[in-house]
Amino acid sequence: MTTTPSAPPVTTTIPVFTEATLDGKVPVGPIEHVWDRTRFAMKLVNPSNRRKFKIIIVGSGLAGGAAAATLGEAGYNVECYCYQDSPRRAHSVAAQGGINAAKNYRNDGDSVYRLFYDTVKGGDYRAREGNVYRLAEVSNAIIDQCVAQGVPFAREYGGLLDNRSFGGAQVQRTFYARGQTGQQLLLGAYQSLARQIAAKTVTMYTRHDMLDLIVVNGRARGIVTRDMRTGKVEAHLADVVVLGTGGYSNVFYLSTNAKGCNTTAIWRSYKRGAYFANPCYTQIHPTCIPAAGEHQSKLTLMSESLRNDGRIWVPRKQGENRPVEQIPEEDRYYYLEEMYPSYGNLAPRDISSRAAKRQVDAGLGVGPMKNGVYLDFADSIKRLGEKVIRERYGNLFDMYENITGENAYKIPMRIYPAPHYTMGGLWVDYYLESTIPGLFVIGEANFSDHGANRLGASALMQGLADGYFVLPATLPNYLASTKLDKVTLEHAAVKQALDNVESITSRLLNNKGTKTVEEYHRALGKIMWDYCGMGRTAAGLETALKLIPELKAEFWANVRVLGSADDVNQELEKVGRVADYFELGELMCLDALQRNESCGGHFREEYQTEDGEAKRNDDEFAYVGAWQYTGDDNVPLLHKEPLVFETAKLSQRSYK
Amino acid sequence: MQLKLRIWRQKNTQTSGKLVDYDLDGVSEDSSFLEMMDMLNEQLIHKGEEPVVYDHDCREGICGMCGLVINGIAHGPKAATTTCQLHMRVFKDGDTITVEPWRAKAFPVLKDLMVDRQAFDRIIEAGGFISVPTGAAPDGNATPVSKAKAERSMDAAACIGCGACVAACPNSSAMLFTAAKLGHLNALPQGQPERYDRAVMMVEQMDKEGFGGCTNIGECEAVCPKEISLDFIAAMNRDLLRGKLTGKGKR
Repeated sequence: MTTTPSAPPVTTTIPVFTEATLDGKVPVGPIEHVWDRTRFAMKLVNPSNRRKFKIIIVGSGLAGGAAAATLGEAGYNVECYCYQDSPRRAHSVAAQGGINAAKNYRNDGDSVYRLFYDTVKGGDYRAREGNVYRLAEVSNAIIDQCVAQGVPFAREYGGLLDNRSFGGAQVQRTFYARGQTGQQLLLGAYQSLARQIAAKTVTMYTRHDMLDLIVVNGRARGIVTRDMRTGKVEAHLADVVVLGTGGYSNVFYLSTNAKGCNTTAIWRSYKRGAYFANPCYTQIHPTCIPAAGEHQSKLTLMSESLRNDGRIWVPRKQGENRPVEQIPEEDRYYYLEEMYPSYGNLAPRDISSRAAKRQVDAGLGVGPMKNGVYLDFADSIKRLGEKVIRERYGNLFDMYENITGENAYKIPMRIYPAPHYTMGGLWVDYYLESTIPGLFVIGEANFSDHGANRLGASALMQGLADGYFVLPATLPNYLASTKLDKVTLEHAAVKQALDNVESITSRLLNNKGTKTVEEYHRALGKIMWDYCGMGRTAAGLETALKLIPELKAEFWANVRVLGSADDVNQELEKVGRVADYFELGELMCLDALQRNESCGGHFREEYQTEDGEAKRNDDEFAYVGAWQYTGDDNVPLLHKEPLVFETAKLSQRSYK
Repeated sequence: MQLKLRIWRQKNTQTSGKLVDYDLDGVSEDSSFLEMMDMLNEQLIHKGEEPVVYDHDCREGICGMCGLVINGIAHGPKAATTTCQLHMRVFKDGDTITVEPWRAKAFPVLKDLMVDRQAFDRIIEAGGFISVPTGAAPDGNATPVSKAKAERSMDAAACIGCGACVAACPNSSAMLFTAAKLGHLNALPQGQPERYDRAVMMVEQMDKEGFGGCTNIGECEAVCPKEISLDFIAAMNRDLLRGKLTGKGKR
């Protein structure tokens, strides 16, 4: 088929809705052989042909950066885009604790199968088995790769790699580099990327915001970006587009994400026809510093690794006024240790977060705003000495002191859950391809591997698995088996995408409103936190679905953005992102409302066991809920991908 | 708290800028420095004035995006702290605070307090990596690395690439940044094959970018939010000398 300027407008390229269920395309066969066989079955691109293919990768974090470096090295013609001023600053940099792998270096019973099983169970049986098994399978190669790149992982005195424990596992399989594992892994990927930039296989575009996806004849063929220094809006074409643009926790306004993290790339791709899967699966991380007041612009995570040595407690009775050091042992309620004796302080994130919320809701909260629980290192300091604790977590204790002004070696830290990671994202099949052919989605931006709850130290694993190993194997198969039309910048779909960006910008800029972008974002975040946060109810979600459209209408009519479009304009960058959060927020509530069960991070208060744990409904809800956009004024359509558990049998999750 | 702010405003790289005075009232001492700047910007927008542009992202002190010269000191008065981690409790009610961008020839101002640091990326591209293709790595435990070496490597690898070292240096030298990357990779067995090439190539790029030389003043170490030691510069100079003498760095 040839493309002409009279080609159909982009909106008609949305796949036609059918009643048929969505197919994840996991190849059949024994799970331990599926990936190997698939790798053999997929088509390859001859090395001399690779440079003829242009690949656009948006995002330069662990997933995007690793993919750009790997595909560039393989010989493809890669363009990589990020909104930061350097690819080294992608938010993967902030991951503290570690990265999981099934090396079994500790000889404590770990295996690929156990990592797979723990991850499926940790995700409360809402992830796709085939993907998770593959993730566990490639985990070991990631560690090898990173060591070879010079990632300075923690070592034992004998020179071998050290491990620590993380939540939701009874083996020590987490590799780490002090409290800066994400930074070091990202620098490994960034340095590999830098090598390819120098070799001219990758062209890097920093300070570029992706604002739309270009879809031509049903295939993803490019993106529209705004140069954040000059305001120049441009279309870039390619043979295939990869999104590694991270998660959407900032919909809550206060989260542990970087301020710039946003949903725009995946949201605008959703509006071009990519299905959005499980938007309501969000992770509220149990160990963050509680908010201190109205000025708060973000929340700061304290690594989960702290739970290795810290004990979590609240006073047993309400209105406890004694200074913390005077509260005797019998008046301290170590609730995780009491409720979950076998996992104790290392219970999974969703469970620990809800337990903290219950204590604070019951009036047992600590700190000036009574909005936290204690994470106490006194016992560990007594047992191991302050020096050891300083060695393990020094930078975290320093950060805590910077922010709160308190010395956690002397008095317990105060922590409280905060939005941190989003398991939901664009739907992808086993090959990481979205419902728009030629649009691949990797890392946190996709939905695939963590089900309804992600285990600690698994985000880094998944980002790098996708970027180094999975995508570089599946993407050539697409290129080799697809006949791609020639597309030029004159194509109607290109113009349409550019016009779309232009119209959003001019509408928002010419508004002579009275309230700032921040004010609207805060207000939206509060609605999301109150009704679609740690505890959700049908009534609350319905309230949110009334409040959000009202606020959204006011936002579009009354938001104030100063300055021009042809210049550095940070308010303009923000306002477009917040506009997308409004729409995403609605979809999250819709998704949470249709899922009449509790699973992992999605806790519907109507569905809980007698002791307050999430109560799944496998008969009706063992599916991935993937939403299709049908227009701004229409309700999106829900497609269901059934989840089948043949290897890890469905069971009630228990950490007692 | 009530503050008097003197902030550098500059339209773009081509024009010159100036300090502009602002009064700000009601600042919480628990807020971060950037939250104080946010507060100012909100007030400016309400008054119909363009907000102050500054770079920031993670606000956890790790991405390296933020960086302001506060009262003449890169990242402000508190040691080992990025701008985003600086909290207002270090200031007093009634203080006058002067806020300026990083100033260096190799870091042109883009707008107000935002500068262009791409020169740092080009230094890394010149050799700040270990050449290992994806998938070609031996087992992670195949080569033991002594704890001491791993720790020393990590001390250097902690660099966040913020550029405070350059901003603080009277010569605008990028020696500490470059030495930190060399210290990270050259300390490890994996980094040995390219060790001397790396030193020569990165230093050559650093010079090409217009950064100045090092005269052992030590301002860089004093402002470094990750407390990277000057010792790494000495180590870099040793590797550089040996690399030059043996004709390395010609790829």
